[in-house]
Amino acid sequence: MNELPGLYNDWVAIFLMMAGFYVVISQGNLVKKLVGLALFQTSVFILYISLGKVAGGHAPIYDPAIAIYSNPLPHVLILTAIVVGVATTAVGLALVVRIHEAYGSVEEDDIQAADEAESTASSSEASAEEDAKQ
Amino acid sequence: MTLIDHLPVLAVIVPLLAAPLCVLIDRARPAWLIALAASWLSFGAAILLLLQVTQSGTISYHLGGWPPPWGIEYRIDLLSAYVLLIVTAIAAVVMVFAWHSVESEIPSERIARFYAALLLAFAGLAGITTTGDAFNVFVFLEISSLASYAIISMGRDRRALNAAFQYLMMGTIGATFILIGIGFLYMMTGTLNMQDLAALLPEVSDTRTVRAGFAFLTVGIGLKLALFPLHLWLPNAYAYAPSTVTAFLAATATKVAVYALLRVLLDVFGVEFSLQAMPLNLILMVLGLVGIVSASLVAVFQDDIKRMLAYSSVAQIGYMVLGIGLANTTGVTAAILHVFNHALMKGALFLALGAIAYRLGTATLRDFAGLGRRMPWTMAAIVIGGLSLIGVPPTAGFISKWYLVLGTLEQGLWPVTLLVLFGSLLALIYVWKLVEAAYFKPAPANAPAVAEAPLSMLIPVWLLVGANVYFGIHTDISVGVASQAATQLMGAGG
Repeated sequence: MNELPGLYNDWVAIFLMMAGFYVVISQGNLVKKLVGLALFQTSVFILYISLGKVAGGHAPIYDPAIAIYSNPLPHVLILTAIVVGVATTAVGLALVVRIHEAYGSVEEDDIQAADEAESTASSSEASAEEDAKQ
Repeated sequence: MTLIDHLPVLAVIVPLLAAPLCVLIDRARPAWLIALAASWLSFGAAILLLLQVTQSGTISYHLGGWPPPWGIEYRIDLLSAYVLLIVTAIAAVVMVFAWHSVESEIPSERIARFYAALLLAFAGLAGITTTGDAFNVFVFLEISSLASYAIISMGRDRRALNAAFQYLMMGTIGATFILIGIGFLYMMTGTLNMQDLAALLPEVSDTRTVRAGFAFLTVGIGLKLALFPLHLWLPNAYAYAPSTVTAFLAATATKVAVYALLRVLLDVFGVEFSLQAMPLNLILMVLGLVGIVSASLVAVFQDDIKRMLAYSSVAQIGYMVLGIGLANTTGVTAAILHVFNHALMKGALFLALGAIAYRLGTATLRDFAGLGRRMPWTMAAIVIGGLSLIGVPPTAGFISKWYLVLGTLEQGLWPVTLLVLFGSLLALIYVWKLVEAAYFKPAPANAPAVAEAPLSMLIPVWLLVGANVYFGIHTDISVGVASQAATQLMGAGG
């Protein structure tokens, strides 16, 4: 357990997880962020699926000749989680499409700049109104 | 089995099935009627459940007849019945309010699908409170979250889209953290049933896997809860979502996350592990206090009233988390009580804001000038809701603040008591800003003529305002159930 490779599947899962997480944090492009998010979720699926493996176990299909089976439950759980992941990506992409329609860009910086320009415009409009009253 | 035996699942499944029905019919009015009927049916089920639980104790419902720990168990104890009642009550009241508000804010061809998504969000939240299965919590959480991303993005302002996207990012990371945490627990115990987990965890609690799972779960729920440093998604999401959605989510979504936190920390892991072996009590207390003070300060400087109240929500979540962090029965009672009372006050306030937005189109501080004369009933509702937010007797807000202060004094933490009172003072400032604008400033000369909100909006608002006053005076029900639930939780672990 303590030698470095150890349970190498965990290392793979954690590497993917952190890679996905890093993409989410570092990228400014919304589509790339979603890719990172999908990677992040998928790494958790791998973590789950690999923990169902029982050493020397067979695929969980009943057969009198087999004594040890792998645990099928994590696989079933992940089937549900995959559906959730697909739905998340779909909703995310749909939002990106709408954002592109509304802002003409999918870059976080552009969107922020557009929002700020809008809010300063509306507040200067407000102060103009106040001035007009006085 | 009669219908009564199936109540636990009915509260969840009625809105869940009503949602696709709305999509199939795809016409605004019938979809609204279906949503209304589903939410009131669910509310009825929740009332019956609470009665049943107070009389005959915890209900365990085996989904599909499969006994736990193999099958999925729906487990209704006092805490879940109590939170379920809040969620369904708010949903029922909000649905009455929704018709006019939604009609004015959402394009008519999307209304039916909007109700479908709202019902899904509601079903998910109800599901989290009823289920006794850890993986089921994740699934329901994602059902409600995905639906809420969709309905938040339907706000009129294009910034709603960006707010929804940010929420989607943070919400998904939170939910995935919860999934990882559940996976670690499953790795160590081989079970997903919460009661089973609670029984098996103490044996293996001294391993790194369980501690890591604990950390993942806490951070994941913290993201959903909008616990102080993880709250960044909340103000924008609440500010730009349609009024109905803001009122619904503000009064239910974070409350259900508090429920999940209570359930996981105190029930699954047990008080001893969560709040004594791990230093979480201190962490929660500090984060709660920082959240109270900083979010209240930010709220004071907001011009958009929806944003102001959203920041105030972050502060109120601080009170609840602080209550849990106190790690005594009074503190936990205060947290549960504040879940209830905050749902009432924020529900009332956001609904009243929705009525103002319906008449004026926006709700910034400038729009409030002179509104006390022009929309007297709506403004009066905001004032009473605001008093409850500050914690003035005889409103509901006072009761939960009172228990929180008692809890801090019980632990001998008087500096914390002072900070709690300071937070109330800040609430006084931002509520005063509203009152000042509405009653002491003349309406601008070019202000559009404004009529009082329609009755279908005023009645839900005043129902919640009435509840704020009622539960501030008659505390038997709210305090009674909350303190019993807190005793159950604290007893289960210690």
